[in-house]
Amino acid sequence: MASQQQSDAIKGAKVLMVGAGGIGCELLKTLALSGFQDIHIIDMDTIEVSNLNRQFLFRQSHVGQSKAKVARDAVLKFRPHISITAHHANIKSSEFDVDFFQKFDVVLNGLDNLDARRHVNRIRLAAGVPLVESGTTGFLGQVAVHVKDRTECYECYPKPAPKSYPVCTITSTPSKFVHCIVWAKDLLFAKLFGDKNQENDLNVRSSDGASSSEHTADIFERRNDEDIDCYGRRIYDHVFGYNIELALSNDETWKNRTRPKPIYSSDVLSDNQQNGNLDKNCSSSDLVLVSAMATLGLKNPQDVWNLAENSKVLLEAVKLFFLKRQKEIGSLTFDKDDQLAVEFVTAAANIRAASFGIPLHSLFEAKGIAGNIVHAVATTNAVVAGLIVIEAFKLLNEDLVNVRMTFCNEHPKRKMLLMPVEPFEPNETCFVCSKTPLTLEVNAPHTKFRDFIEKIVREKLGMSLPTVMQGNFLLYEDGDDLDEDERRNYEANLEKVLSKLPSPVTGGTSMLVGDLNQKLSCEINIKQREEFDEEKEPDGMVLIGWLQAPTDTENKASVQNGESTSGTGANQAMPSEIAEAKEAEVNAASKKRNFSELSNSSFSHPSSGKDKSSKNKETPCIGRSSATGCWINLLCMNSDIFSSKIKPVHGIRLILVIMLGFAFIPSSLSPCSILCHCGGFNCVRNM
Amino acid sequence: MDGEELTEQETALYDRQIRVWGADAQRRLSKAHVLIGGMKGTIAEVCKNIVLAGVGSVTLVDDSPVTEESLNANFLIPSDETLYEGRSIAEVCCDSLKDFNPMVHVSAEKGDLSSLSTEILEKFDVVIVSGCSLSTKKAINGKCRKLSKRIAFYSVDCRDSCGEIFVDLQDHSCTKKQVNETVECRLQYPSFEEAIAVPWKILPKRISKLYFATRVIERFEETETRTSGETSLADLPNVLKLRKELCEAQCISESQIPDSLLERLLLGKLEFPPVCAIIGGILGQEVIKAISCKGEPIKNFFYFDAADGKGLIEDISNPNSAS
Repeated sequence: MASQQQSDAIKGAKVLMVGAGGIGCELLKTLALSGFQDIHIIDMDTIEVSNLNRQFLFRQSHVGQSKAKVARDAVLKFRPHISITAHHANIKSSEFDVDFFQKFDVVLNGLDNLDARRHVNRIRLAAGVPLVESGTTGFLGQVAVHVKDRTECYECYPKPAPKSYPVCTITSTPSKFVHCIVWAKDLLFAKLFGDKNQENDLNVRSSDGASSSEHTADIFERRNDEDIDCYGRRIYDHVFGYNIELALSNDETWKNRTRPKPIYSSDVLSDNQQNGNLDKNCSSSDLVLVSAMATLGLKNPQDVWNLAENSKVLLEAVKLFFLKRQKEIGSLTFDKDDQLAVEFVTAAANIRAASFGIPLHSLFEAKGIAGNIVHAVATTNAVVAGLIVIEAFKLLNEDLVNVRMTFCNEHPKRKMLLMPVEPFEPNETCFVCSKTPLTLEVNAPHTKFRDFIEKIVREKLGMSLPTVMQGNFLLYEDGDDLDEDERRNYEANLEKVLSKLPSPVTGGTSMLVGDLNQKLSCEINIKQREEFDEEKEPDGMVLIGWLQAPTDTENKASVQNGESTSGTGANQAMPSEIAEAKEAEVNAASKKRNFSELSNSSFSHPSSGKDKSSKNKETPCIGRSSATGCWINLLCMNSDIFSSKIKPVHGIRLILVIMLGFAFIPSSLSPCSILCHCGGFNCVRNM
Repeated sequence: MDGEELTEQETALYDRQIRVWGADAQRRLSKAHVLIGGMKGTIAEVCKNIVLAGVGSVTLVDDSPVTEESLNANFLIPSDETLYEGRSIAEVCCDSLKDFNPMVHVSAEKGDLSSLSTEILEKFDVVIVSGCSLSTKKAINGKCRKLSKRIAFYSVDCRDSCGEIFVDLQDHSCTKKQVNETVECRLQYPSFEEAIAVPWKILPKRISKLYFATRVIERFEETETRTSGETSLADLPNVLKLRKELCEAQCISESQIPDSLLERLLLGKLEFPPVCAIIGGILGQEVIKAISCKGEPIKNFFYFDAADGKGLIEDISNPNSAS
């Protein structure tokens, strides 16, 4: 393996590592030991206590410091003479452009979210630098190699999406604890402490027009001189009492369901019960220190609180938000590291669960569900880092015939815990690496340009600094260097419908959409269409040619998922499409070629370093989407999306269960955050 | 389990892994005592993994001094030479390892692996050895088995870009999850001596070639009284002679043990760090499985070869023996 010639290639190589977290720490160590001498590492995160169980380069005393810098210093202690350059920065910042990437021989990703992975994929494609991609969750892990024009790019095949729930299940008929968590986090928490202008389904009820929208909007506002305890109880009684009574009034809903029980604060707590002692609480505004649990004397996060305890925690949390963190109200988003927010969500979810006869859960469990927390252990990260370095060796020695995609299994498959398979070929219709034009079905005279930019360009295409052109006419640009006139001009365009733009966008025309930073551009052909299915196509636009996994919600989903991406909880109820066609496609593919056949064919290839007869080209296309689907599913795992894959409702997920047999992931830990609007019979929006 | 709760500090530190294996398993880990002998690169990885996981204690045994070679894949040895003058490699590694997790008691013991008494072994729940001779392996494994207390025994070695793990959990019961239910399972392990005595011709045809090749090298070192890994390409003719003898005696074809593989193993005195990380990661996970009695452990050999990238489990036990 490590011949002299090979080690020379390693010594002279310049390597870019993205991410200094769980995989990153292991990777940096293994690279340094393996003889790499010029390593750049980028990570915007700082060290947290919950990192220390596996990110072994960090110590308690480093909490709060830059991961990239501390990791560098730790590795230099045992390899002082190599060059490690640490960048405490966001990989998406403009300094890491194509020119920057071109300085490197290989890029190694140890990332935790889809958004950053897509970004790196695009820039390294433009720069022509090979990429080794990786991901782990619990005992499962994967490593893949992406080489331009030789193997698939990271975006060639569909990405998995977080599990989504029909709105009416969340707002009216929860049957699992996770439904209560989604309600508490995305609806109640967002309503009370988040952006008031954001759309919120809290008032969707199974009763038609019980109250006017104006009235309900007021309910959640604290009145000018309202006592904080009274306010808390009023909200409590409204959401757990009145709203449930209202829902109960519709008999149709409860025909085949257990009827929920309205809960009023006076049923649970005596009227003048003192809710903890605020004096005991220090005046610090530190997120960790403001805690309802602390003031109430509740210590063990693994304990399941009873209804009275949950009620006290809820009221105490509301009070603490108003007394200690008043300034943040109206701009808060759920953050798993925000103790008070986790307490509030745990308590609210439990009270709702009690109402609906669903078993209550501890704060520890609730935090895992609400925060989409990654299950992570050091061992899998160590194994994956080792595999990444082995692939990097092959790339640097231009041994492309032998590059492999490797799965770490929890249970052996065909005796294998580590299972290599041949990399897949590029998807010829990938809009990222094959520049294939996309088609957009849209009602041009009725669709605002802003919706196009937000829902298509940013969300679906993942462009952060988009430029939109039609012919030679620049319709939109984003960036810091715009002058006032330009900015005003583009703002005005955003408010126009597509057909009324200065250069009208109508059926038969096409637009060029690009991101200068990512050096990516693609052509979008416009097709006029009048009717859209509100449930299945809530955007009022359909992008064709862009592969989408079932119920994919892309970017927004990804940012909320990173284990170290703090403060980005998506508390916005976001409709998602159900790409039935795609699902069917994947199912069909999986039938054509099951996994064992796939691995058979891979392993029949001679893989000794001396065999240069490329069999890559023989890899049949058939079934690729299914296997790659699995692969990418897992790659996203580090971003917790993964645990949503438990319920094998889709073809992809079923395959996953079969081939990887991951049994240790509790199904209760399904992340959530995205509501999909079902064709609910009784659902009424009151917003 | 036994009512003892994890402290707030433990819950915060181990949050992510408790979500993987549960609070019960974490409590069991914190009560387990692990003895480790032979401080090479793979062992450094194993140590890191189990100290991070939060075992009760780790005791290191290796009196040899720090050499240029030992720096190769061992990240527990700092670059500052003044730190290891006159000290054993176990002592030097112990210092680094202590920092990884203040909740784990890490210590270095003087002594020689081959002469470890049963009285000492009895204090441990897990014994892991690396870089020791065939006879030492057999002896320690045998001593562990003589005790009434059940001790998990592992041996691990990496040569070049190949690695081998041997596991002896004696009579092991565990729970494993199958689709949606938890099932109990019970496994019977042979000792190292019993396992390698299984006639080669009754083993499945597609068994890893590394199993045979490692046995040849191991036997070679034993007969030549070399220490583990003390081989070079110059030994190839003698090793090929030994291969012929063994294959004839065992009635298998010599093609089961390719020359090229033997060459690699003979050259591989230095461990290949990525393979140390992989083997050390797999073994770390096995130790956690064995202590927590959660998840089906490897029975009873594991092989990784970077040349084909496969990580394979081989069950080498005699179906006729009542082990």
